[in-house]
Amino acid sequence: MIADREVTLTVNSERVTQRIEPRQNLVDFLREKLGLTGSHVGCEHGICGACTIRLNGMLVRGCLTLAIQAEGAEIQTIEGISDSGEIAVLQAAFLKYNALQCGFCTPAMLLTAAELLEENPSPSREEIRQYLSGNYCRCTGYQSIVDAVEDAARTMAGGSS
Amino acid sequence: MKPAPFDYAKPNSVEGVFDLLDRYRDEARLLAGGQSLIPSLNMRLSAPAILIDITGLDALRGIVVGDGVLRIGALTTYSQLKASAEVARAAPMLSQAISWIAHPAIRNRGTIGGSLAHADPAAEMPACMLALDARLEIAAKGSRRRIAAADFFRGLFETDLKPGEILTAIEVPVIRADYRSGFSEFARRSGDFAMSGLAAHARFDGEVLSDVRLAYCGVDTRPVRARVAERALEGRPFGNAVLAEAKAALARDLDPPDDLQASGQMKLHLSQVLVGRVLTAMAKADGA
Repeated sequence: MIADREVTLTVNSERVTQRIEPRQNLVDFLREKLGLTGSHVGCEHGICGACTIRLNGMLVRGCLTLAIQAEGAEIQTIEGISDSGEIAVLQAAFLKYNALQCGFCTPAMLLTAAELLEENPSPSREEIRQYLSGNYCRCTGYQSIVDAVEDAARTMAGGSS
Repeated sequence: MKPAPFDYAKPNSVEGVFDLLDRYRDEARLLAGGQSLIPSLNMRLSAPAILIDITGLDALRGIVVGDGVLRIGALTTYSQLKASAEVARAAPMLSQAISWIAHPAIRNRGTIGGSLAHADPAAEMPACMLALDARLEIAAKGSRRRIAAADFFRGLFETDLKPGEILTAIEVPVIRADYRSGFSEFARRSGDFAMSGLAAHARFDGEVLSDVRLAYCGVDTRPVRARVAERALEGRPFGNAVLAEAKAALARDLDPPDDLQASGQMKLHLSQVLVGRVLTAMAKADGA
């Protein structure tokens, strides 16, 4: 039997301390211990991208990061960056372009699109596709997602959409 | 799936890592970026008793150029490599190859040392190390050694690393002004492992090629040099005729096995297409 360990980290600006199994991954920790169910669990081996989380300002796969490795880290989830208004423009564009259907991939799509637009405020459609290529959508299709990200980029640049 | 239970330790010194390796031996696995190890744990292909997290070892970080050598700490992530102006200048092949590795969220955690020690035959970094004649620095309790990349990769997920040893740094000769390099690959989907990938490095004297190095990934149990094709190009002005000979020679160098992604024959064909694309791009680059 392996003893639980204590881990302390900051999640959406709140400091949390919990006892966890060393094998628990970060996305399960957020969902099961903290009730933050916006990060989704899909393939659990790093392919689908549904578990994307921001750790110390960078995107990571929540299924390929152990919660215990996040000791002392700053985590932001879709809940955090929705509440702060950081991705309001992207969210509005996803709504406008019907860029979601079942919504399973959406939180990670938004996080990934936000990182893209921070690095590259006016990406081409090809660059958008490339950047989002590690995030799988199985229902809406990528066309409308790319449309939405393109529109959000235009809006943020202050142009008409 | 969820991994089988394991214990976890995060030493803050290299000595601490050696002590744990001594104690747990093959029951332990080293955890760096975890982007290959954690999937294999999640799929229960591996069930170690303990993970030794080495990401607390600052001695294994950093990118330094000096004495004609680019030294990269084993814990350097792909994103750090990609963002490094030193790497872009000293080993442009690496900057180019990293764009082919998985996706940004994985590149933010995956490390060059992890990729080399894992030795996936389809991975990009091992082939680059072979093409660049890199040397790998390996430490064990009380000792340190260097090994040429060509001697490090032994077989499928198999390297020259012995029990108790860890890979600490990578040393790549700084590219000389008269050399050019390139990387490209074919994968079924963006970010997937390569069906074939080519890391190429050569000296250009005008149009004439020499010291040609073609290292392929995804076509064998480990990264391989295409020596017959290299010889076909050596000392000759680059052009369609020479390229056709190199492509034909590849059939003698490579005998890729069939797998779920492609037949061996298709992989050979893709490898031939790659040598054309990569060398043509290198020939067009102005002395980069």
